[in-house]
Amino acid sequence: MAYEVVIGLEVHAQLLTQSKMFCACGTKFGLPANSQTCPICLGMPGTLPVINKKAVEMAVRTGLALQCRIGEKNRFARKNYFYPDLPKGYQISQYEAPICEQGSVEVEVGQAKKPIRIRRAHLEEDAGKNIHEAGAHGSRVDLNRAGTPLLEIVTEPDMCSADEVVAYLKQLRETLMYLEVCDGNMEEGSLRCEPNLSLRPVGQKAFGTKVELKNINSFKFVKEAIEYEIKRQTKVLNEGGKIAQETRLWDSDKGETATMRSKEEAHDYRYFPDPDLVPLSLSPEWIEELRTTLPELPGARQRRFVGEYGLPKYDAEVLTGTKAMADYFEACVRLFPQPKTVSNWVMGELLRELNNAGVSAAASPVSPERLVSLLQLVEKATISLKVAREIFPELYASGKAPEQIVQEKGLTQVSDEGALAKIIDEVIAKNHAQVEQYRGGKEAVLGFLVGQVMKSSGGKANPGKVNELLKKKLAG
Amino acid sequence: MKITKADVEHVAKLARLEITEAEQDAFSKQLSAILTYVEQLKTLDTAGVEPTATVLEQTNVFREDKARPSLSVEKALANAPEREDGHFAVPKIIEER
Amino acid sequence: MSLYKLTLRELQEKFTKGEVTACEIVQAYQLRINQVEPKVRAYITLTKESAMAQAEALDEKLKGWRRTMPLMGMPVAVKDNICTQNVLTTCASRMLGNFVPPYDASVIARLRGQSYLLLGKTNLDEFAMGSSTENSAFGPSRNPWNLSRVPGGSSGGSAAAVAADLCAAALGSDTGGSIRQPAACCGVVGLKPTYGRVSRFGLVAFASSLDQIGPITKDVADAAMVLGVIAGHDPLDSTSANLPVPDYAKALKKKDFKKLKVGVPREYFAEGLDPEVEQAVQAAIEEIKQLGAEIKEIALPRTDAAIATYYLIATAEASSNLARYDGVKYGLRSKETANLLDMYMKTRQEGFGPEVKRRIMLGTYALSAGYYDAYYGKAQAVRTLIRQDFEAAFREVDLIVTPVTPTPAFKLGEKSEDPLQMYLSDIYTISVNLAGNPAISVPCGFSKTGLPIGLQLIGRPFEEETLLRGAHAYEQATGWRAKRPNIR
Repeated sequence: MAYEVVIGLEVHAQLLTQSKMFCACGTKFGLPANSQTCPICLGMPGTLPVINKKAVEMAVRTGLALQCRIGEKNRFARKNYFYPDLPKGYQISQYEAPICEQGSVEVEVGQAKKPIRIRRAHLEEDAGKNIHEAGAHGSRVDLNRAGTPLLEIVTEPDMCSADEVVAYLKQLRETLMYLEVCDGNMEEGSLRCEPNLSLRPVGQKAFGTKVELKNINSFKFVKEAIEYEIKRQTKVLNEGGKIAQETRLWDSDKGETATMRSKEEAHDYRYFPDPDLVPLSLSPEWIEELRTTLPELPGARQRRFVGEYGLPKYDAEVLTGTKAMADYFEACVRLFPQPKTVSNWVMGELLRELNNAGVSAAASPVSPERLVSLLQLVEKATISLKVAREIFPELYASGKAPEQIVQEKGLTQVSDEGALAKIIDEVIAKNHAQVEQYRGGKEAVLGFLVGQVMKSSGGKANPGKVNELLKKKLAG
Repeated sequence: MKITKADVEHVAKLARLEITEAEQDAFSKQLSAILTYVEQLKTLDTAGVEPTATVLEQTNVFREDKARPSLSVEKALANAPEREDGHFAVPKIIEER
Repeated sequence: MSLYKLTLRELQEKFTKGEVTACEIVQAYQLRINQVEPKVRAYITLTKESAMAQAEALDEKLKGWRRTMPLMGMPVAVKDNICTQNVLTTCASRMLGNFVPPYDASVIARLRGQSYLLLGKTNLDEFAMGSSTENSAFGPSRNPWNLSRVPGGSSGGSAAAVAADLCAAALGSDTGGSIRQPAACCGVVGLKPTYGRVSRFGLVAFASSLDQIGPITKDVADAAMVLGVIAGHDPLDSTSANLPVPDYAKALKKKDFKKLKVGVPREYFAEGLDPEVEQAVQAAIEEIKQLGAEIKEIALPRTDAAIATYYLIATAEASSNLARYDGVKYGLRSKETANLLDMYMKTRQEGFGPEVKRRIMLGTYALSAGYYDAYYGKAQAVRTLIRQDFEAAFREVDLIVTPVTPTPAFKLGEKSEDPLQMYLSDIYTISVNLAGNPAISVPCGFSKTGLPIGLQLIGRPFEEETLLRGAHAYEQATGWRAKRPNIR
């Protein structure tokens, strides 16, 4: 039988605040265990939470970027369950009144565009970490992460393939990073995704039984886990079996999913409004003020790059891949208004070096000013394009100004007619046959002669000038 | 409202309370009596009444996003019943959350 | 006159004038504690050494300095559910039998800022759940007026300590009457401030939307003085009100009820009220009238629903607040447990007493899937109606006067068998917590058997001044304050 795949996604994004959601502990990753805790995030008796304003602002800005309706009155609720990484025995989250609702993200898969609806996005605190070591008789708890602000972004079940999920997730990640609300690091867990997936016979309206997938920490695994799960469920259904409602863990070593907990053990979270916190009241003025702080998002920027700079769509896509790269590009264009030339350099020489070093454009050792100086040297014909390309790795590695490198290496292009005329005369003298051919009407030979001049100038001759002078001489 | 022993057992598990046979009996009786008493609220018409979660009128109580020094690991763990290598130590987790 | 018999203000005056030193104060109290505490058992922890060290340091520091702060050098007892840095804070529970907080509650930080002297941590019903201190894991406290009687609860230790002169003043907490009821039982003054008036940071939560810290003192002026120190906005508590703190001592200057309308809610004088208590309260109302008040009968029609509403809301919040006691980060952990679930179940079985378990069970049930709307949701809506009753009443009157308890202090063991009966005795104090208003309990007479009876005055939110003015006027006009328990 043919099945239709129905996928929804829950994404947990750690917000890039300095301090935790409800206390003043820091939010750094990788510190010694339990060194980033205080009585509040340890859930000690009598301690109380106070909301981090920045986290609320980040949530609102994200909601606006995702076309959400922002809940004017919303509040925090307690989600009650017991687990060692949850110090208070409840997680402060949002339930009935989330901060963002009913948004939408348009994703592109292949040639098609498809809107993915966002059901809600709400603020909550992260749990700590339980560490289970194989063979140990117990587990250990590190509460450094407990209380880190999270934005949980939940879609409607609008996706129907692993590719769509990956496209959505990439776009969401890009948006969060553009907003500078999340670092998007899936391996460190700053961005975590939990797809839920069900199958139904094509044409059937009712949803099939839903399975939740956890422990997926890269785009590659998102694709693999979903494709594995589609195959698994298809097989079960085709063999006349039933899908159990459960949570399954992705095992990237084995490349398969396995039962983590079944519905019978599902918890009754007993949500209720947290009496330690008062409601949030987001006035339209405040929301509008936050809207003005939104950066241009990747999609819009891409369209603008095509329209304003006349760049090919491909260039615009690559350049807006990260906010840092797009900012870099535009900084260059402001100083050197030849967008396509800049684009070629940024996407070519610069990106190659950045990728090799694993560095973001924001941290590029070649500043936009330096790159532009280099381009200006070419423009003024001080050096040739070829020389410029050759010295770029040194420019990147040494941190020297391009002028200095050109000077030190004596790479200044020779444009002086006297000097060039001398070399040209020599070349004409040495290459009789070719000169005759040219004069006989075989104009293609000119390229060879230019090459000879360039060669004997050590690459420093200005090719434009050489062309011009050579033509004159040969005509004469 | 009658609270059966099975109800008591279910709620006790939710609340992570191990209870004895005798407690099960007592709780079943006492909770039944209390919940029967509580039934009287049903006679009050609360249609359209906003629930009170807190009596305070205030909203938007925030702190600025500034990090301050945390406790030392030693102080954080000082009250822990069991610790191991800078961590809180717990028995093996066989039941996932 | 012995130092321990003085009110806070009297003692403060002597201290300010340099007539007594902090060390002498501590010595006097410790002597008194040595004699009387074994009978009353008001304290869970006595901080003898640190109190003396604090006193010595203070005396040393004060050489040649003026003494200005109200609570400087004053010997105070603190209910053992208020966190004190480096001092055991047990909540009268086995669960926290060894818990030493690495932080002070915000109220304690304020007292410390004044260089107060902490005499010790007082007994209570476990996690403040009860009305007699019989639910303490460390045994009950006794009523100084009659040692076979309970001191009331849950702040029974604090009230007994004040009544028996085991401290000059004490802090308690009030979730459904836990300051006012023991104050009434012990013949002292107990003030529950408006919800939000005093920071809850560091008060171990029972029911977060109802809990409030307040003073228990020998008289009304002392209560005003302590409130002036502990009240005010705290950035660590989102539910603390950002309002200025008035000068409460000023409010005591008018020693009458002139131009005040005082409401008497008819529902509070119905079935179940002990005739002796009723008589005392009616006499007090007459006295208040003599002092210039216009007495008005008012209605608080949803009074009957208050107990059901309270026990659903308070237990629901408690079931969640007490989830953190899981044997992982602090407190008790059961020995020899097979796995995590087993550890949780056994730890909480061993750590909590029967009343706490009962309330956790009730609250968990009220929040559980399928029952939320019928119980917790319904109770929250009825809470709104109860608030509206008070709002309507306070459009007509400035203060409301009622009994505090249906009967004087009962005998130890008399009621503990039937939880519902115990809950019903909270009828006069509970609505106030649901509505959030401030209320005070002042002595208004004695039963034939010599047990104190209390009078409750209720005020508008954040109008503690009117409340204190009324209570003070009544106290000054009557002689009840002069009578002290005869305990040595």
